[in-house]
Amino acid sequence: MTTADPAGVLAGTHFLDGDQACCEGALAAGSRFSAGYPITPSTEIVERFAQRVPLCGGLFLQMEDELASSIAIQGAVWAGKKAFTVTSGPGFSLMMEHIGYAAMTEAPLVIVNVQRGGPSTGLPTLPGQGDMMQARWGSHGDYAIIALSPESPQECFDLTVEAFNLSEQYRVPVLFMMDECVGHMTEKVVIPPADQIRIVPRRFTTLPPGEYKPFRPGPDGVPDMAKAGDGYHLHVTGLTHNEQGYPAPTVEGQKNSIPRLLAKIRDNAEKIARWQEKYMDDAEIVVVAYGITARVALRAVEMARAQGVRAGLLRPVVIWPFPEARIRELAARDSVKAFIVPEMNYGQMVLEVERLVGRAKPTVLMPHAGGTVHRPEDILKVILEQKKEVGA
Amino acid sequence: MSAELKVIPPNPVEGFLRSDRMPHIWCPGCGIGTTVNCFARALLQSKLDLTNVAVVSGIGCTGRVSGYLNLDSFHTTHGRAIPFATGLKLANPDLQVVVYSGDGDLIAIGGNHFIHAARRNVDLKVVCINNFTYGMTGGQLAPTTPVSAISTTTPYGGYEQPFNLPYLAESSGAIYVARWTTFHVRQITHSMTEAFKKKGFSFIEIITPCPTLYERRNRLGDGLDMMKYFKENSVVRHGAPTREVDIGLHGPITVGKFVDRERPDFQELMTRQIGRTLEALAAEREPSGGGEYVAG
Repeated sequence: MTTADPAGVLAGTHFLDGDQACCEGALAAGSRFSAGYPITPSTEIVERFAQRVPLCGGLFLQMEDELASSIAIQGAVWAGKKAFTVTSGPGFSLMMEHIGYAAMTEAPLVIVNVQRGGPSTGLPTLPGQGDMMQARWGSHGDYAIIALSPESPQECFDLTVEAFNLSEQYRVPVLFMMDECVGHMTEKVVIPPADQIRIVPRRFTTLPPGEYKPFRPGPDGVPDMAKAGDGYHLHVTGLTHNEQGYPAPTVEGQKNSIPRLLAKIRDNAEKIARWQEKYMDDAEIVVVAYGITARVALRAVEMARAQGVRAGLLRPVVIWPFPEARIRELAARDSVKAFIVPEMNYGQMVLEVERLVGRAKPTVLMPHAGGTVHRPEDILKVILEQKKEVGA
Repeated sequence: MSAELKVIPPNPVEGFLRSDRMPHIWCPGCGIGTTVNCFARALLQSKLDLTNVAVVSGIGCTGRVSGYLNLDSFHTTHGRAIPFATGLKLANPDLQVVVYSGDGDLIAIGGNHFIHAARRNVDLKVVCINNFTYGMTGGQLAPTTPVSAISTTTPYGGYEQPFNLPYLAESSGAIYVARWTTFHVRQITHSMTEAFKKKGFSFIEIITPCPTLYERRNRLGDGLDMMKYFKENSVVRHGAPTREVDIGLHGPITVGKFVDRERPDFQELMTRQIGRTLEALAAEREPSGGGEYVAG
C-alpha cells in the first residue's frame, strides 16, 4: 500500500463531468498509459487523458479499433505500466476476447464502458445499462472479473482509483461500468491531495530469475508479477498454462489453473462486494438499483417515505461480485416484503436479485429500454403497488 | 594444442531456446524451426542484450515460436500480436520488440493492425512466416494462397487474388522490407541483423513449406522437394519494385531486400511534436508554468 504520485493528482474542488472525473481518477491511480478508439459517449475520457498524460510522463495511443486498444494496453501492462482503455457498447463487444486474455494471463488493467442504449449501434448519445451481464459473462470460458458502477462524477473519480487498486490486488481486469448520464453529468468533484489517495502498487516479485514462477500463486491465490526487460524471460500465453507460464492445454492443466482464477474473486467476493443503503433499517419494500438509476430510485424511495411507506434503497457499488450475503440477509428479514429492481435494460441484475431472494418474496423488475432514466413517479407507483399487494 | 580445447556446447543457439519445452509441435519438413534457428543466430551475431529482447506472437503454428524462445515472450490472441507489441514497445522503448507470426495471423485477421503499425512506423521487427495456408487448423485458404491452389475451403482451387506482402508493407510505410525462403538461411539471418539496426517498422517475409497441408494437397512434393524448388526457382533481386514480386502457385519467387529507407519512428515523432508544443506553451506562460514532457 502506498499513496498517489502527486504528478497525476489534480487536487482541489472541481466542476467536472463523469467522463472527465474518470480520467482524473486514472491519472491519480497512477495510470500513465491508455490506448483507445473514439466512441460516444466515452470519448471525453481519452480526450482529456491525451491532453493531461504527457505532462505526467505518459502517453495516449489512438489505435485503429477496440481490439487493438484492448490488447495494446496489455502490452503496456507487461512493460510494467498501469493501463486502461475506454469504450462504449459496440467497442465493449469487440473487447470481449481481450477481457478473456487478461483474465487468463492475470493482467491487471481497467476497461471503462460508458454505457449507451443497445444492442448494436443503438442509441449512441443516450444512456443504457444493458451491458451488465456482458461485463460478467461476455468472453468465452470460465473466468471472473470485478465490475463497479458509479452514480456520480465524484464516484467516477473515487471508484476509478479503486478500480485500478482492485485490478492490482487481484490481478484481474476490472470493468468500470458507467452510463451516459453519469458520464455527461457535471457536478462538484473533490480530488484529495495525493497523500490521501490510497494506491495498491503492482505486486512485483522479489525472487530472482530461476526461482520465480510467473503463475505460482501467493498465499492469497494471486501470483506476483514480473515485467518484460527484467531478465525473467517470461512466457505469457492465453493457452491454459502451468505455473511456469508454459502451455499445459490438458485436463490436468485446466484443473490446476481455472479454479484458481475463479477462486481469486469467489473466495474474496464478500470482501470485494460493496454497496450503499438508505432507509434500510425498517424497510419493507427494498429497491435495488445501481448507477444513475439508483439516484432516480432514491427519489422514489423518499417520495414513498413521505407517504408513510417504508421503502429502502440498496445500491450495489461493486456490481460483480454482487452483494450476495447482504441480499440474502435482507430477504430473510421478516420485515422485508418485496424487492423492486429498476434498471435501464430488460432484466439483467434482477436475475441476481431473484436468485438470491428466492421464491418466498416477490422480486419485481422495472425494465427500461434506455435512452432516458426511469421516472421517479413510475418507481413510486410500483412501490405503492407492492405495498398494497404484500399487505405490508 | 589439446590443452586449449574447451567443451563446446553442441549447438550455439541452444541457449536461445527453452529446451525444457522440446520436442516442438512442428511437422517434419516444416520451415518454421529453420527460421527460429536463423533468428537465434541473428541475435547471437547482433550481440543484443537478450534481457531487452521481447518476442510477440499471435496464434497458429508460427504463433508457437514465442513459447520456444528463451526470451520474454508473449503468445497473444489471434491477429493481435502487433497491437500488443505496440503497447509493449511504447511503454518501454528500451525493448527490442520482435513480432513473429504467420501470414494468416498477421495479414488476414491482423491485417488492419499490420497496415496501421507500418503507417505509424512503430519500431517493431516483424517476421512473417508465409506458408500460403492455415496450418494449425488444417490447411484452409489464406490471404496469401495463390490463385488455383487447393485448400480445404477451396477444394476446387482458389480464385481470390492473394496479397503481395512486400508491396503491402512498403505501401503502408515499412522502412525495411525483405523476403527470403527457408532455403536462404544465411540471408534470413543477415536480414534480421539488418532489421535489428533499423529504427522503425521492419518486415521480413519468409516463404516456408507446409508439406503436410499445402504442398501435399497441391502435389508440390515434400519438405525436401520444396527446398529444391526454393533453390531452383528463387530469383534474388535486391531493390526489386515490390509491386512486381507476387508469388504464384508455380513459377519464380523473387527474393531479396526490396526496401531499406529512413523515416522517423513513432516514438521520435511523438516526442518531438509533443515536446515542441509543450515548450512553446510553457514559453508563453510564466517561467514556472507548463509541464515537463518526459518520453515513454
